[in-house]
Amino acid sequence: MSASGSGPGLERSREKRASSEERAAARRFRVRKILDRFFQLLSLLAAVVVISPLLLVFVFLLSSGGSSLTWDFLTQLPKPVGETGGGMANAIVGSCILVAIATVIGAPIGVLGGVFLYEHKEPRLRAAIRFTADVLNGVPSIIWGIVVYSWVVLRMKTFSGLAGGLALSFIMIPLILRTTEDVLRLVPPAYREAGLALGLRRSQVILHIVLATARRGIVTGVLLSAARVAGETAPLLFTAFGNRIWAARLQEPMAALPLQIFSYAISPYPDWHRQAWAGALVLLALVFLMNLALRLLSRGNPE
Amino acid sequence: MSDHPSDPTSTAPGAGSLTVSVGFGRILDRGFGLLIAGAGLSVFALAGLLGWELYRGAEKALSRSGAGFLTGSHWDPVAGQFGALPFLYGTFVSSFIALLLAFPLSVATALSMTEFAPFWIRRPVRVLVDLMAAVPSVVWGLWAMFEMVPWLRQAAFPFLQRVFGWIPLFQGPIYGVSLLAGALIIAMMITPIITSLAIEILQAVPPLLREAAWALGATRWEVIRVAVLPYVRSALVGAGVLGLGRALGETMAVTMVIGNRPEILLSLFSPGYTLASVLVNEFAEATSEEHLAALFEIGLTLVAVTLVVNFLARLLIHNVPFFFAPRTLRAPSMEGDR
Repeated sequence: MSASGSGPGLERSREKRASSEERAAARRFRVRKILDRFFQLLSLLAAVVVISPLLLVFVFLLSSGGSSLTWDFLTQLPKPVGETGGGMANAIVGSCILVAIATVIGAPIGVLGGVFLYEHKEPRLRAAIRFTADVLNGVPSIIWGIVVYSWVVLRMKTFSGLAGGLALSFIMIPLILRTTEDVLRLVPPAYREAGLALGLRRSQVILHIVLATARRGIVTGVLLSAARVAGETAPLLFTAFGNRIWAARLQEPMAALPLQIFSYAISPYPDWHRQAWAGALVLLALVFLMNLALRLLSRGNPE
Repeated sequence: MSDHPSDPTSTAPGAGSLTVSVGFGRILDRGFGLLIAGAGLSVFALAGLLGWELYRGAEKALSRSGAGFLTGSHWDPVAGQFGALPFLYGTFVSSFIALLLAFPLSVATALSMTEFAPFWIRRPVRVLVDLMAAVPSVVWGLWAMFEMVPWLRQAAFPFLQRVFGWIPLFQGPIYGVSLLAGALIIAMMITPIITSLAIEILQAVPPLLREAAWALGATRWEVIRVAVLPYVRSALVGAGVLGLGRALGETMAVTMVIGNRPEILLSLFSPGYTLASVLVNEFAEATSEEHLAALFEIGLTLVAVTLVVNFLARLLIHNVPFFFAPRTLRAPSMEGDR
């Protein structure tokens, strides 16, 4: 019966087989689609989990620190231990001074170092500089605090704003060097060649053509690294040290916002905790505003 | 002019000023060249300064204790005992747990940003991830101290203990401040770093690979599994290792929640200590010379550890398509071969 060769029977069994295969394929396809959906959901869930701490921190600072963020807080000096009130004016100003010192030292060295990396012919030296800069970028920031402590603070025999700014600048230099090189890579080589063909000197080509073209990217890189070091606490612990009054000179211990937040946070006084939250809110707002502004700035850049 | 008697231009009228300006320009150029060379080579000076100052500071301790420093488990500055093992243990355990938590989350987020998520949410989420990377360590620590740790103490840790209490890692008294709290805050701080690295890596996958898989009728997940992940596997691992390097050096936030007790205890609920934290807490107050030298030695150890890890990470990231990708998937070279 099976091998009788009756045409319609064979056809039917073929059809049956085909349809069962189709059904299996349809089932497999459904499974594949479900799997696809499952992994999509999983990945979106991961994204939500990843960014939720940021929102938690922000909500926490706004709700606990927001009420303490008064005019007095921004304009007054810390009160003596035990008295409530007072502010962090000296820490805010101190942070600005420290970041300014760091930028004044770090930005020229970093940018010119980036130019060297872009200009130099020997690939092995370039690779070595790049590698060293990456290694330095990976060094924990507290190490810079210790290095500057033993290099500067021990010699000057005092903690100082200068030492703090120097420690921050050591963090900035390799950062800026790398970003500058990346930005310079985007300048079309033809610009440079055109300048050289016109008989300009190398330094003129670099200053007036290459750096001028990449100006925006370089400034963005410098300001981003300034925003980064503005939030650093660890390198300042043994260099700038902190101060509860105005620092009149750079050779004296200097207050900084992150330092003040840290010392207030680990203190036993609820009033200081409150001020630490407000200070953190100010610091976070500064860092965020800087980041967002730079993002907008660099978006307008046609590169 | 008298310097260049053989210069043919010197006889032409007005040529004097030209030679002078060219000569002056050369000097300017040379000076500028030296300037940028100095700036470029400054990284070597920085590295040298770092190594030298740490070595000089730690010299006494190095010659005195040698390897016993890394294996000794008693840290008692008053008694003159300096064993760094508890700090090494705390640093590695907290960082590894952090990486364990952060790595899958980061890669999944990166996949959703490059493959799965609708286009309109990709940009805002990326901005948020970048902002997250910009949050200062001390701000994370502040939040963790006042909100995360109390929550862990009251809700999360008791729950974990009820469910997993049979595992020794989750036994013992609950203080809130603990190795696990430190690991959690580290995880939050390294996820944005690993995520944005992973996004960059995934974006660098040659479109040809994806398109080939699409053309064969693959679903999005199958495209990822078949075409994308095999191509970037080692680079993603490298991103993770780079995150580990960051985790090992994480300082302020960890110091604020890890409990700062130099003991090696099995329970993740017990307080711990890290290399970076002990520097924060003791460096400014080290009175004896021995103590200070031991702390410098801890700094040296920390640098060595992060250096090795970073080096490893770079090796993994940079060699992606050349070493690890299966031969059949070498899309870029295929075009060149024809």
